[in-house]
Amino acid sequence: MALKGNLRDFTITQLLNLVNLACKTGTLVVEGPADVAKITFREGKLIYAQLDHLDNSLAGILRRSKKISSRQYSILSERAANMNDKELGILLINAGYLSQFDIIESLQQYFVGIVRQLFTWVEGVFHFEVNSLQPFDKIPVRMDLENLIIEGSRQLREWEQLQQEIPSLDMSLKFSDRPGINIRNVNLSVEEWRVVYYVNPKNTMRQIAKATKLNDLEIRRIVYSLLQAGLVEVIRPREQTVTTQPRAFPKTNKPEQKSLINRIIDRIRAI
Amino acid sequence: MQTVKIVVTGPFSSGKTEFIQSISEIDVVSTERKISLESEKIKNATTVAMDFGRITIDKELVLYMFGTPGQRRFDFMWEILSEGMLGFIVMVDSARPETFREARYILETFRAYAPTPYVVTANKQDLDDAWDLEDMRFALRLDPKIKLLPCVAHDKNSVKKILLELLYTILAEMEAK
Ligand SMILES: Nc1nc2c(ncn2[C@@H]2O[C@H](COP(=O)(O)OP(=O)(O)OP(=O)(O)O)[C@@H](O)[C@H]2O)c(=O)[nH]1
Ligand SMILES: [Mg+2]
Repeated sequence: MALKGNLRDFTITQLLNLVNLACKTGTLVVEGPADVAKITFREGKLIYAQLDHLDNSLAGILRRSKKISSRQYSILSERAANMNDKELGILLINAGYLSQFDIIESLQQYFVGIVRQLFTWVEGVFHFEVNSLQPFDKIPVRMDLENLIIEGSRQLREWEQLQQEIPSLDMSLKFSDRPGINIRNVNLSVEEWRVVYYVNPKNTMRQIAKATKLNDLEIRRIVYSLLQAGLVEVIRPREQTVTTQPRAFPKTNKPEQKSLINRIIDRIRAI
Repeated sequence: MQTVKIVVTGPFSSGKTEFIQSISEIDVVSTERKISLESEKIKNATTVAMDFGRITIDKELVLYMFGTPGQRRFDFMWEILSEGMLGFIVMVDSARPETFREARYILETFRAYAPTPYVVTANKQDLDDAWDLEDMRFALRLDPKIKLLPCVAHDKNSVKKILLELLYTILAEMEAK
């Protein structure tokens, strides 16, 4: 029976488990909403992985793992343009730039990184191409799957918990009204920032996820950390109102507005 | 409990992050990321998302300060940021006249999104090559009614003064209506 299906019914972790137990050889192709991943196994071990939208060349991988500098990278891309990864690897080792260990280590990290990324995909279809190996010019590694499977199951549990904490992405977020005490040391990541900046009762989490190109797991994870930091609260989405002229003070009358400004003035004077 | 916000905008490297940092009660949360555009290599980190600072006014009121990124390719953020703000501050680096045109562009765009009160600050007045206020007003083609205020963003008192001037302007515009 052909091994193919939907990630909703069969998780990446389950797939890895299967490949591991059955000592399978071949390539798992996963087509997600934004990218296509190919993971190759030989007798149940991970040997290769790539994401279609990334620069999967050895030079690119070495640069990202900081084994070579951007300058070296551009020199290589120019001078070794028609060399394949295997040839380039041998050249780098012979020229004494890098050891075989450096190269293998970078590749392993890169491949594991791709599998980790796959764990966050909740939507997509997959199929397994039996006996199909990595492109001939790519350097294979050999890694046990057990640790990845453990990591994957942990993530799966996290995913289930997050779904309990944040059951619906059709709710909105707003900045917390209570001045949280724990806000003082918040240190937001770039992704968190991107979400923070869309926080508005009018935007549902689903809309925010779409705007920030985050998948269901990623948006939940970020929202959860913002909730923990006391920065935002989950609320029912406010009716989408199309206002061309945003009002500075919604629902307040003039004396109230003035008193509000005066309170701010008093406070700032006292700082 | 109510929250209000003030937006700090202005060209690249004009001192927005520094400004918010000086007065915020929380460490300014911002994403400083290396950028690589040659023209922008004045400093090696710039705000790609935005800054976020806060001042608790009292038990019922919190003021947030948002700093916009200083580059044009983030224009799309302004519309979102400008919603529901009390007013905004346009920071200009007094020592970099080559950014004045950009400052003007930002000012006009922001005004179009939000007809709210604003003040313009001539920042980095402590630098030797800072322009004089009158010259800047002329170069920025500012209406005489708009406040142009000298500022040194790492000086808390200077920042306080700017915020207060903005608030006075907001009050005055309320009276006028
Ligand atoms: N001398 C002097 N330096 C200042 C002043 N304000 C800011 N700076 C410096 O100017 C540089 C830019 O300041 P930032 O606060 O990062 O500017 P920014 O507007 O947030 O920059 P972007 O977010 O990249 O657009 C930093 O090195 C600051 O330390 C000032 O009033 N005087
Ligand atoms: Mg900044």
